[in-house]
Amino acid sequence: MERIPILKMGELLLVSIQVDMHDRLALQLQDDLTSQIAATSARGVLIDISALEMVDSFIGRMISNIAAMSRVLDAATVVVGMRPAVAITLVELGMSLAGVRTALDVERGMALLTSLDGAAADDRDAGIG
Amino acid sequence: MTPMQSSMNEMRAPRLLEILRRREEDLLKDWTALQLASASRRPDLINEDQVRQQSRDFFAAFADAVESGATPHLADPRWDAVRRVLKSASEDRARQGFTPSETATFVFSLKQPLFAELGRIVKSADELARETWATNLFLDALGLHTTELYQKSREEMIGRQQAEMLELSTPVVTLWKGVLALPLIGTLDSERTQVVMESLLQRIVDTGSTIAILDITGVPTVDTLVAQHLLKTVAAARLMGADCIISGIRPQIAQTIVHLGVDLNSVTTKATLADAFAVALKRLGLGVREVAPAGAPPRPPTAPPGA
Repeated sequence: MERIPILKMGELLLVSIQVDMHDRLALQLQDDLTSQIAATSARGVLIDISALEMVDSFIGRMISNIAAMSRVLDAATVVVGMRPAVAITLVELGMSLAGVRTALDVERGMALLTSLDGAAADDRDAGIG
Repeated sequence: MTPMQSSMNEMRAPRLLEILRRREEDLLKDWTALQLASASRRPDLINEDQVRQQSRDFFAAFADAVESGATPHLADPRWDAVRRVLKSASEDRARQGFTPSETATFVFSLKQPLFAELGRIVKSADELARETWATNLFLDALGLHTTELYQKSREEMIGRQQAEMLELSTPVVTLWKGVLALPLIGTLDSERTQVVMESLLQRIVDTGSTIAILDITGVPTVDTLVAQHLLKTVAAARLMGADCIISGIRPQIAQTIVHLGVDLNSVTTKATLADAFAVALKRLGLGVREVAPAGAPPRPPTAPPGA
């Protein structure tokens, strides 16, 4: 069964979605990621969705859920590289993913995670934007 | 087939064809003279040569169509040549600013010389009535078709202009490295919001900007719908990882927004574009410094407002 790889980089986990998400893949990712965070006690998760061309309400919800679950496990999550078409679709679906941090690209996402890690744990959930 | 259609199909106008062929030069001369003399002629818009050329083209195509036995149903492929001539004539006139009546008169004015000629050569009253009626049907159908073509080309023109306006009114400008500004002019409807959103998001990707300023100084009214559209744009930009600042909120608009109960708490708002730009620079760790007159030592940087 195909899986989305989760790469460990120091205290961060890097997830790069390079294929079109379908529902089962998203659920699998949710399982894998939460167990990886618990196993590695990661401090941050970076999800790169720059290759994701299509989303529906389910995938949007999964992204939101994954971010919320990581937060419960005390890992900050940043979603990076969302395409304009995907952003418009999510907004039109009424999902503005409040509570999910975003960045333009992996580099900026990494910088954001690093700066968050340095900040107090309370600040992490204050919700930038 | 309805009786009406069959009677049309059977309808022949042998004398009309005869005069169209034999008296072509005279008819054309009369018709052109009539058009040139008529009150609806617009010497400022169309010159004599054009009138002559269009009349000649139309006349030839019309004679061919009548000869081929075409019925007054313009869908008939035998009218193709005539329709082509009329299309170019009506489009020219629509572009030049003729009124619909002036455009239709181009075809209708052919009636007078044709009827006069028919009256001259047809002696039997029955036959004259039949020929006249047939001629009338042809020219009425063509005249109406001309008006439709005129209308269509005007609508196309309006559509094109709307599209151009849409493009023109949504420029995304780079204020600084990493700072985009979107001066919105005119009412924000769903269609424009879509265009604005798409061009803004694309520019965010292209330039890697993290801050976008939406300036609504040029938006005449902000109602709940416009506010919703703005918030959608802000939400989409945020999803991509860029922060939005809304600027150019006039005092009346601020009052309206509050009275309407629109929640703009999730967005940074500023009164002027300058304020918004200052905030953007501050977030990027930049500042504006006053440069002293030449010769004097530069002053230390002034703190940005609100620092």
